[in-house]
Amino acid sequence: MSSEVARHLQKKENTRSLAMSGHVGFESLPDQLVNRSIQQGFCFNILCVGETGIGKSTLIDTLFNTNFEDHESSHFYPHVRLKAQTYELQESNVRLKLTIVNTVGFGDQINKEESYQPIVDYIDAQFEAYLQEELKIKRSLFNYHDSRIHVCLYFISPTGHSLKTLDLLTMKSLDSKVNIIPVIAKADAISKTELQKFKIKIMSELVSNGVQIYQFPTDDETIAKINASMNGHLPFAVVGSMDEVKVGNKMVKARQYPWGIVQVENENHCDFVKLREMLICTNMEDLRDETHTRHYELYRRRKLEEMGLTDMGPENKPLSLQETYEAKRHEFYGERQRKEEEMKQLFVQRVKEKEAVLKEAERELQAKFEHLKRVHQEEKLRLEEKRRLLEEEIIAFSKKKATSEIYQNQPFMTPGGNVRKDKDRKNSSFM
Amino acid sequence: MDPLRQSPSPSSSRASSPRTLPCEMLGYVGIEAVLDQLKIKAMKMGFEFNIMVVGQSGLGKSTMVNTLFKSKMCKSTMPGLGVPTPQTLQLQSVTHVIEESGVKLKLTVTDTPGFGDQINNDKCWDPILGYISEQYEKYLQEEILITRQRHIPDTRVHCCVYFVPPTGHCLRPLDIEFLQRLCRTVNVVPVIARADSLTIEEREAFRHRIQENLKTHGIEVYPQKCFDEDINDKILNSKIRERIPFAVVGADREHIVNGRCVLGRKTKWGIIEVENMAHCEFPLLRDLLIRSHLQDLKDITHNVHYENYRIFRLNESHVLPRGPGWVNLAPAPASVPAPAGPQASPGPPKVCWWAKDNSDEEC
Repeated sequence: MSSEVARHLQKKENTRSLAMSGHVGFESLPDQLVNRSIQQGFCFNILCVGETGIGKSTLIDTLFNTNFEDHESSHFYPHVRLKAQTYELQESNVRLKLTIVNTVGFGDQINKEESYQPIVDYIDAQFEAYLQEELKIKRSLFNYHDSRIHVCLYFISPTGHSLKTLDLLTMKSLDSKVNIIPVIAKADAISKTELQKFKIKIMSELVSNGVQIYQFPTDDETIAKINASMNGHLPFAVVGSMDEVKVGNKMVKARQYPWGIVQVENENHCDFVKLREMLICTNMEDLRDETHTRHYELYRRRKLEEMGLTDMGPENKPLSLQETYEAKRHEFYGERQRKEEEMKQLFVQRVKEKEAVLKEAERELQAKFEHLKRVHQEEKLRLEEKRRLLEEEIIAFSKKKATSEIYQNQPFMTPGGNVRKDKDRKNSSFM
Repeated sequence: MDPLRQSPSPSSSRASSPRTLPCEMLGYVGIEAVLDQLKIKAMKMGFEFNIMVVGQSGLGKSTMVNTLFKSKMCKSTMPGLGVPTPQTLQLQSVTHVIEESGVKLKLTVTDTPGFGDQINNDKCWDPILGYISEQYEKYLQEEILITRQRHIPDTRVHCCVYFVPPTGHCLRPLDIEFLQRLCRTVNVVPVIARADSLTIEEREAFRHRIQENLKTHGIEVYPQKCFDEDINDKILNSKIRERIPFAVVGADREHIVNGRCVLGRKTKWGIIEVENMAHCEFPLLRDLLIRSHLQDLKDITHNVHYENYRIFRLNESHVLPRGPGWVNLAPAPASVPAPAGPQASPGPPKVCWWAKDNSDEEC
């Protein structure tokens, strides 16, 4: 009997089993738990890693029996991107929020050195988001949309020889962060005998390179046998297709070739049914559990240790996370205070400088104003002087004119006739 | 997580839920098998439940626990056996593992002998509140470790059954004080103890008066109205709320009635059958606690009461004064007072229930 409760029993001394004398009724407990989960809904996130055109979207469509997306992606992306899409599926009373994350442009570049880093970053980003939520003071974990990747389907191209270097590198960098299930894509391109050799070669390469892929759990009696046998069939050789072809007297999902029909759900043709069985029907909960209790905890531990927090303080006394966090926070506040002071002083200095500059400008302006005023005054005086002179000249001239007119009128006191003749003569000499 | 996210970068502000597209499946896939997987996992792990019984001595708390779980959980104290009542309130916990149809339940019962027995009962609730806070503290310390266990042992009190003495009048000041403080930190289910001393009419009148008292003083007992999620819950819980507090009788002796063997109390004027709805409301209490709402009790404790405690604890350091270079390395105080201390005004504080107000959506 391997139950958590029994293990706890062995640790505590004062717990013992008690026999009941009648029916109490808590056998409905698992049902209460299931009802609550139905109410909340389930959430499952799949990451598909594989080269462009290897059949990732088609396989997902076939797995969940829907048509999710139609367009094919291009081969000419300069970098690997991750595209995530969330769907809501419902089967009887179970609601599933399914998120499919696809790697776009994986393996297309000429230089593939940067290919797997975006994937690792994406997975870490999801863990980080969950960790942030968990560390918040006011958190709401029970209605948090869990975006952590629960399973990574790694698509191996059906060369029939061995794994590519890119495959090995990518899987090695992902194996401690996510549950990896390798699948051989487009398995209808390999013959049965080649397939067997290929599978053995792949598994031995994974083992020799120390890549930890997901092993189906064999500790529960009800599913141990089937899981153990499935473990021997890894990696699954799958064929995906949503097209229906008539075989016998019913329509099945298949791929039609001139030389025959490859049926997707026929166990003799490919391992698709096994994959669906393992991924969805038998182990979905275990995949989620592993992600949460192993991969996420590992990430969390590494992250917190990076931040300098430990469980054991100096002198090996157990130091609580909160206390070290407190200490760090005070440190941070002290640092921030100091920086604030610095900035304040800098600011005050700058203000002073600017003030001085402005004062200088003001003074200059004032001086210019005075100068101009003086110039203006002088100009004004000069003009007044000129005007006075002019007026004097005018007076002098009018005086002269008056005197000359008097002199003119005097000789005109003679008899009149001559006056007019003389006047005319004078006048004509003027004109 | 935004759909069609172009570059993977840790997003600083998260939307509550991504945009989801509803999809039609063209055939059977097998998703509902996940329910079986859940069941298997749950049965393997076993369940835990912690219950606390509070009330004056002689109200039949230990007997009630024995009747609920049909086994000798606690030693029921009989009067006159020379065992002196404790001078101060002591909390005693016993843990048992019981199994039924393959389901293992680790049950912890915390008894509170000496509650309300002294002449001066002022602050007799402090040890109880301290115990509850201590369990929250233990869980919190486990949760914030760097290397934490796969399954954190849960000793938090999920439900507190409060025994009201059958005076027939109304709630006493001690009851009101205690319930006010307690309903903010733990799920409280009040019951009328020793209900065989009240007739049916007296029982109903007493119940109504108690309900009015609870309303007047703003005491929210389990099932709390603000946590009803959908219409089905509302209907179900309203029915329960009408009957709270249940009038219960506890008995652990069996007698023969009409050829059947039933649990009951034998008196000169008849046998009070515990499981008979016409006699007392014990079946309602048992159904509420065990058969229908056990998971809900645990959920509310974990999602609401524990979170409130955690917020309070993590915010504590903001309140304390900070000087240059001052670092708070003091361990958590031995008995932390309840978040809404005796100085706080009664009435459900808005901040405590916020967490469940954005009620459950699909995760």
